[in-house]
Amino acid sequence: MSGETTLNLFQQQEANRRRTVFLIIGFVLFFAWLGFGGDLIYYLSTAGAPPRAYHHVFPWFGLLLTGFGVGTAWYGYSTGPLKVLWATGAREVVTPQTDQERQLVNVVEEMAIAAAVPRPRIWIDPDPDPNAFATGVDPAHAHIAVTQGLLDILNRDELQGVVAHELGHVKNLDIRLMTTLAALVGAVVLMHDGTSRIMGRGIGFGGGGESGSRGGKKGGDLIILLLVVWIISWVLAPIITQCMAMAVSRGREYLADAMGAQFTRNPLALASALQKIDAAEGPTSSIKRGAAHLCIADPLGRQVNLHEGMLSNWLGTHPPMNARIIRLKGMGYAQLKQQGGTVA
Amino acid sequence: MGGILLLVIIVVVVLYGIGAYNGLISLKNQTLNAFKQIDVQLKRRHDLIPNLVNAARGAMDFEKQTLEAVIQARNQAVSAGAQASPTSVKRVAAAENQLSAALSRFNVVVEQYPQLKATANIGQLQEELASTENRIGFARQMYNDTATQYNTKQQQFPTSLFAGIAQASPAQLWEIEDQADRAVPQVDLSMKPKA
Repeated sequence: MSGETTLNLFQQQEANRRRTVFLIIGFVLFFAWLGFGGDLIYYLSTAGAPPRAYHHVFPWFGLLLTGFGVGTAWYGYSTGPLKVLWATGAREVVTPQTDQERQLVNVVEEMAIAAAVPRPRIWIDPDPDPNAFATGVDPAHAHIAVTQGLLDILNRDELQGVVAHELGHVKNLDIRLMTTLAALVGAVVLMHDGTSRIMGRGIGFGGGGESGSRGGKKGGDLIILLLVVWIISWVLAPIITQCMAMAVSRGREYLADAMGAQFTRNPLALASALQKIDAAEGPTSSIKRGAAHLCIADPLGRQVNLHEGMLSNWLGTHPPMNARIIRLKGMGYAQLKQQGGTVA
Repeated sequence: MGGILLLVIIVVVVLYGIGAYNGLISLKNQTLNAFKQIDVQLKRRHDLIPNLVNAARGAMDFEKQTLEAVIQARNQAVSAGAQASPTSVKRVAAAENQLSAALSRFNVVVEQYPQLKATANIGQLQEELASTENRIGFARQMYNDTATQYNTKQQQFPTSLFAGIAQASPAQLWEIEDQADRAVPQVDLSMKPKA
């Protein structure tokens, strides 16, 4: 029975990994375009200048941007997970005090065994709205956080499903990807804000160079076109990078659901947990926009996540809850059928 | 030209062989490790049972038989587990299944006496026991998945040629033998701490 499920899972996992690699390559190319593209335009526009005028040969702009971007991204990468946890006001469960905490710790340890990963650090967020997320950089340095509301409304099986879903994110290195992406998005946004002022001067330079070369060079139109595209890229950079981060996040929710089902062999419990989480009114106020893509359900309660489609494909962080529940129920019923319907 | 082609073929075959060999060794060790994980969880259960029995002894004079069955099954499982390895899975599994059955009977008894749960600290121990049963189940699941992967790799065609060199032999799966034992994982899973 597990052979078939596992096979499908591995295929799905593989497809997702490939998509992720493409997205990261896209990110890097976009970064390179923002930096070295500027250099290229400047180079082209100064190439036809008189011999004694300034020639932009050394790509200082791209190198500077890359250095700054790598630095910012690395800082975000190494401090990101704990910052996310602090921002939500979560407290770590070191030694469980209440029955509820003991059960949570037990469930996490059980799932760590099923997933064959080290036990992550466990946090409880005092928010009354049910939600959960995982963060960290690799399975050995992972964190899993659940809200008080989640502990209050779910039974043991359902909690297990949710924890298994989060450990799915840990196991397939989603957490590393998410931390990386958050760091990259942060770097782009920061650079965008920081260089907005310098941009004005940059355009002045470009314009000057371009007018100087107009007489001698035929490449003027190309330069203008490149320049326009480049400026638009800069303006849209934060939005584009965020969309990329979200696209990665969305596909991965389905995979984490599937992995959760693989670990517990009980997809129906996760489905019923999702139903309960979905039914709970109101957004999770303690979880801010920056951590939204990490959560099991969109903490902002946005309408855009309700449907599959063009708009939600670009703007939502999560696939529609109904679609996830239907997939899980499908897995559950397939399992029941294979077992001859003996399990209630 | 022909020489180069031959050389290329030899290099490809050798590289593939190294890959297949290393893959088998890696799976072998994963299987062994997964088996040790079950061991760890079984030990946890063995250590937990004396506490449980002690806590219940005073309050459960009228159910001595159930308790004695648990203790006996536990001792048998401990001695069977002393020489456990992936090739002697069947014997250990049988002893552990006995213990699981005895524990599930114990749980049924506890459920019949609600005051027992409250007075004798048994509620907490039951959560621990439920968790331990789950851990064993999940460790077993992990072991079976890994062992199946290992066995499949050994039998599939090109890799099977290297199974002998890697000294790979099929690992036994940890099976649940009789129908009554299959019901064990359902014990008390829905127990809520606040109830």
